[in-house]
Amino acid sequence: MEITLTLNGRTVTASISPDLLLIDFLRDHGCLSVKRGCESEVCGLCTVLMDGQPILSCSMLTARAAGHSIYTLEGLQAEAQEFVGFIADQGADQCGFCNPGFVMNTIALLRENPDPTDDEIRAFLAGNLCRCSGYEGQLRGIRSFLNTRNAKKEENA
Amino acid sequence: MSQPTNFRTVGQTMRKKDSMQLLLGKGVYTDDIVRSRSPLVVKLLRSPHANAIVQSIRTDIAKKVPGVVDVYTWEDVPQKRFAIAGQTFPEPSPYDRLILDRHVRFVGDAVAIVAAEDEKAAQKALKLIKVEYQVLEPLLDFRTAKDNPLLVHPEEDWFPPCPVGGDNRRNLVASGLEQDGDVDAVMADCDIVIDRTYHTRAFNQAMMETFRSYCEMDVYGRLHVISSTQIVFHTRRILSNALGIPKSRIRVEKPRIGGGFGAKQTAVCDVYPAFVALKTGRPAEIIYTREESQIAGSPRHEMQVRVRLGASKEGRIRVLDLYTLSNSGAYGEHGPTTVGLSGHKSIPLYTASLEAFRFGYDVVYTNVQAAGAYRGYGATQGLFALESAVNELAEKLGQDPTRLRDANMLREGMYMPAYYGETARACALDRCMERCRQIFDWEHKYPVRDMGDGRIRAAGVAMAMQGSCISNLDVGSAVVRLADDGTFNLMIGAADMGTGCDTVLAQMTAECMDCSVDDVAVFGADTDASPYDSGSYASSTTYLTGKAVSEACDKLKKNLIGIAAELLSCPEDSLEFVKGGVKELGGEQRFVSLTQLAVKSQLNSSHTAEAAASCASPVSPPPYMVGMAEIEVDTRTGVVTVLDYKAVVDCGTPINPALARIQTEGGIVQGIGHTLMENVTYGSRGQILENSFMQYRLPTRLDMGKLQVEFESSFEPTQPFGAKSIGEIVINTPAPAIAHAIYRATGVWHRTLPITAEQIALGLET
Repeated sequence: MEITLTLNGRTVTASISPDLLLIDFLRDHGCLSVKRGCESEVCGLCTVLMDGQPILSCSMLTARAAGHSIYTLEGLQAEAQEFVGFIADQGADQCGFCNPGFVMNTIALLRENPDPTDDEIRAFLAGNLCRCSGYEGQLRGIRSFLNTRNAKKEENA
Repeated sequence: MSQPTNFRTVGQTMRKKDSMQLLLGKGVYTDDIVRSRSPLVVKLLRSPHANAIVQSIRTDIAKKVPGVVDVYTWEDVPQKRFAIAGQTFPEPSPYDRLILDRHVRFVGDAVAIVAAEDEKAAQKALKLIKVEYQVLEPLLDFRTAKDNPLLVHPEEDWFPPCPVGGDNRRNLVASGLEQDGDVDAVMADCDIVIDRTYHTRAFNQAMMETFRSYCEMDVYGRLHVISSTQIVFHTRRILSNALGIPKSRIRVEKPRIGGGFGAKQTAVCDVYPAFVALKTGRPAEIIYTREESQIAGSPRHEMQVRVRLGASKEGRIRVLDLYTLSNSGAYGEHGPTTVGLSGHKSIPLYTASLEAFRFGYDVVYTNVQAAGAYRGYGATQGLFALESAVNELAEKLGQDPTRLRDANMLREGMYMPAYYGETARACALDRCMERCRQIFDWEHKYPVRDMGDGRIRAAGVAMAMQGSCISNLDVGSAVVRLADDGTFNLMIGAADMGTGCDTVLAQMTAECMDCSVDDVAVFGADTDASPYDSGSYASSTTYLTGKAVSEACDKLKKNLIGIAAELLSCPEDSLEFVKGGVKELGGEQRFVSLTQLAVKSQLNSSHTAEAAASCASPVSPPPYMVGMAEIEVDTRTGVVTVLDYKAVVDCGTPINPALARIQTEGGIVQGIGHTLMENVTYGSRGQILENSFMQYRLPTRLDMGKLQVEFESSFEPTQPFGAKSIGEIVINTPAPAIAHAIYRATGVWHRTLPITAEQIALGLET
């Protein structure tokens, strides 16, 4: 079947098999940030944004994305760059395999709730598993980003 | 030993050199790199039976599926046994595998290999392979395996490269006994004897990137492997053994690795695409599903540890007698070695008061998934048992378990009969305990507190140790080279699997060469280009490869002085290496910059601006750690909430404190996982029930409470930077500390992991 969708802001038309999962479509279209971790909607590694909302691309048919806008980390580099350095400062990137999904969901969080509490961060990102970091470093990184940004805002106010 | 404070780069927190690429999602892992080469998809048909002989196998229909390139069975593969454990040759692990064996030994064992143009064709072919099995009775209970008439490996060509007390006619992978002093006499003289048996399961590493490997024939007709592996050099040897081709015809490299934790210290999946690439001449890739990683990977050895602890009524631990029964599953990878750590990395903690010890073990074959290497490597199991027994002693005596440990613990300078006869040259275990008590507020949290509504708060404690390499055996290596522009290249054979060892070793290089870490480019690991290194395991990289980095830098400085002497036409002994170049000691104090030296080394020069060093170590200095957990038990449901986890670690000098902290936090959370929620159970056919992340529940960020990690540094004198290891020890304290806290809250000792809410609720009913 032929579908058209918007991928990272560009219109893409492709002929696909009806059972093609979105994650495989995305990886075939050069979006290598999208990772498969569990195949059972548990780990959050394959998180991408559909019409701005985080979804799990391992459990979504590509056909269902037809006519919608999909963003992967490849298309949101600038937005990610605002905060990921703070996570790097904590050493919390570790093996990195879960990072794209976790970063995508953090983008979704910060768009929805620009100034979350620690508990709100934990709750929003609960579906993003990480086996390396123990999560505390990721939280410290996001917290440090928010504190730095808020301090700058106050300075400018 | 106190810590020198004159390091510039070592001891500094800095970002991992690959951080931003990883956080921005660049395509740096195996499949990202190779998928554009359109490799054949390799899939395995797996046995539904735990013990069976393939009577007949028909592949003709499967081969007719459009897109299927070939299907291979046991009749197609070499009939010479090998081991897939990543260990230095000759391996302690028995040679008990074939690429495909007619005798399948666990639910999930490989029966056939399918190579196809795409996933769909491969899946279709799997369904069309017709196998008739002679189903045999499986041996599923490891407690009955030794000398059971049912044999997991009855074959004649079973081969142990090392004498480790194994015997396939007795289902024994290994066995042994060691002791010091008269255990029975001291035990008989003790006021109190604690005799308990503890049980831990075959926990899965569950690294986020499942097992995967890509193989192709390169331009020279050699087998080129790109694999998510911790052990490029061992993988080369394993493939050579398995395929029957010379090692010189194989090149193995690793890109970024999506986590390993020991799982990738075994060549779990490389033989299959390698066989396909050799047979077809085409690139081939295998990617395990999460289910395959759960049921046919290389998890922790299930162990049952019996501890007999003899003490005086004052709480002096006088004698320890450990017997470990380890379940290696269907194959023997890492069986003979993991079991050793259950004694060697637990008993020495009580060196101060110990008059005698005995440590015996048997490692047995059964018809379940083969175990392998997992962070902690046997120490985790042994420490759960011994530290729980010590807590049971303290509670029985009514003593504060931290004070009881103060009176018995290993201290700096002590000779350790139970630890290869080594001396604890650097040991801050006492300071770790003191500091942890402080930051945890032990005095107030140890007493049991009733919070109302059936909620009870309590605390527990545990100590841990590990090693820093495999002494007198493994090799760490480094090559350091001056680059054209006066910066440095560091070539290693160790594998950064997310741990940050590329960065940590670059920091050491920068320390030695007095340059910025940004001026050190790291390369590794590739068997064609890296210096030989055993690989990243056994907690060895910082300690051992770090030592090699320091030696290589020393040699490079000498070489650079040689180049400068040629440039300046002066004797070498009138020159010294300084920041940014080489300087004349006296006279005109002329200076040659690194860039000038680099240019000279490439112009009419017979000096090499490069140096290599390899290191082994006669000792494996232990890091030490204390962990304390505060939990709340809901006695109505059995649910445990971890509120607070504090840990203080002595890893020698933390080379990069942020990375050492993350290692510790990550290890603690993995430990919380196998203590409370990760479980491995088997169905009646021997199949693993927790075969996905739906059933095998990893800790999320809502499951781990508040973590706080501190370091009490010692300075290890056998390592140039005073470093010991950090990667493995950190997983060891949660199980005994949390089990202790659960006892405090409920009055019930749980001696089997995991301690699920269900177990706790059931324990409270009786």
